Amino acid sequence: MLELIDIEYKVKGKTILNKINLKIDTNKVLVITGHNGSGKSTLLKIIMGIIKPTSGKILLDGKDITKLKINERADLGLTFTFQTPITFKGITVFDLLLMANKKYPTYIDMKEALGGVGLCAREYIDREVDSSLSGGELKRIELATALIKKGKYLMLDEPEAGIDLWSFDSLVNTIKNIKSKNNLSMIIVSHQQKILDIADDILVLDGGNIKYYDKKRKVLKKIKPSGGCKECKMNY
Amino acid sequence: MQNELLEKISDYKIDNNVAHNIRENGESISRVETENIKIETKKDKPGINIYIKENTKEEYVHIPVIITKTNYKETVYNDFYVGKNADVTIVAGCGIHNDCETESAHNGIHTFHIEKGANVKYIEKHYADGLYDNNKFINTDTIINLDNNSSMIMETAQISGIDKAIRKTNTILKDDSTLKIKETLMSDNKEEIETNFDIKMEGKNSNADVSSKSVSRKDSKQTFKSNVEGNNKCFAHVSCDAIVMENSKVTSIPAIIANSKEAEISHEAVIGKIATDQITKLMSLGLTESEAEEKILEGFLK
Repeated sequence: MLELIDIEYKVKGKTILNKINLKIDTNKVLVITGHNGSGKSTLLKIIMGIIKPTSGKILLDGKDITKLKINERADLGLTFTFQTPITFKGITVFDLLLMANKKYPTYIDMKEALGGVGLCAREYIDREVDSSLSGGELKRIELATALIKKGKYLMLDEPEAGIDLWSFDSLVNTIKNIKSKNNLSMIIVSHQQKILDIADDILVLDGGNIKYYDKKRKVLKKIKPSGGCKECKMNY
Repeated sequence: MQNELLEKISDYKIDNNVAHNIRENGESISRVETENIKIETKKDKPGINIYIKENTKEEYVHIPVIITKTNYKETVYNDFYVGKNADVTIVAGCGIHNDCETESAHNGIHTFHIEKGANVKYIEKHYADGLYDNNKFINTDTIINLDNNSSMIMETAQISGIDKAIRKTNTILKDDSTLKIKETLMSDNKEEIETNFDIKMEGKNSNADVSSKSVSRKDSKQTFKSNVEGNNKCFAHVSCDAIVMENSKVTSIPAIIANSKEAEISHEAVIGKIATDQITKLMSLGLTESEAEEKILEGFLK
């Protein structure tokens, strides 16, 4: 279990996250949603150690990981995929998959990880992880590195960002597949209804505070659009 | 030591089936010629002439230089005569080992005469090691004359340990000739590297692509200068991409001159530190910060 105790994050006196207390069960999909600037991505980065909280504690299976570095958290089973996938000069998909698994993965392991995200190993293994790949391809490669790493908690920061509608539908199916075939928990930051549909639990952040955190069905009822235009029937 | 230095400057194994000349401390310690490739010692100055027959296909020539003697300086002139329509790979490089305070220096002047229709791949790597600083020097002058419809691919690398290097490449391209240069440099400690490219695009439809990638560490200094002159209908692109670390300094001075309205010449220079996001990404896969840094540099200089 992943537990956040009184996590607070302030920048220049402004509170971004306000005393967040949260328990995240294993083998569940938690989707964190909320308006832009509500602190969703910050919360995910604090769990991974990319951002240090101003105060509070993070426990992973009872162990205090608050002061651990990013790589130490990665070794304990936390995995993170970036909103904008990171590109490199000269580093290939093969290099990245090799780095992601310290047990020297075989070509079959790599083929399985790439296949799991809908990419053909033969076509992609020697490609450089640079801007010659599309946003959708880079997202899938990020997910493949996460799969081959075999963590306990897979965190996805806005997987929908930067990819087109058609690639997004296919990415949602990939995430569903990962969920069904792997014994891991997922924490996904997203605004998208199709991602919310995958969730077991939903957490709604509002101005750095937890507004709702419950089973998907219960939260969805509470966050239904509150009004609309009578003339054009558009919800807002 | 001899084998270690040879391995550092060449990824290729030299045996008696391949044309070669190994120079150690000013002496040729091994030389093999083939039916198509002749090597002769110059009579008027130190160095060799290498003659490659017309239509020679897929042959290699290795001409490594190693210096293990201290307080030793040399200037070596090597001339390559590549016959019409030949297709060859030339592997060169210099390795210095010096554990004394006295100097070791190699000045290598390589002149290529590449005849019509010939294609040359030229690979060179320079390396030095030793206990003291500021006493190992390698300077190179590479002069390339590309006749009509010929081509040269040059892969040149300076790995580490050379305290000061001035690297000059001067090229003249005639009609339909092609030049592709890939330079990779790494400077550490107080090392200084100056690299100069002077390229004259004389011929119609000549094409040049020069790429220099470098990493500077600690207190080292690097200067990149390029001067590309388009005197005909031609296409040329020069790029300088550098990662700067610690207190090191990199200067990039690219110049492009078009003397013909049909000359298309461009340059780009990017100098910066390793992106924090790249380190964070690799750390999120379980690498330590220094492991992540090494992997990023390894990929960059690949």
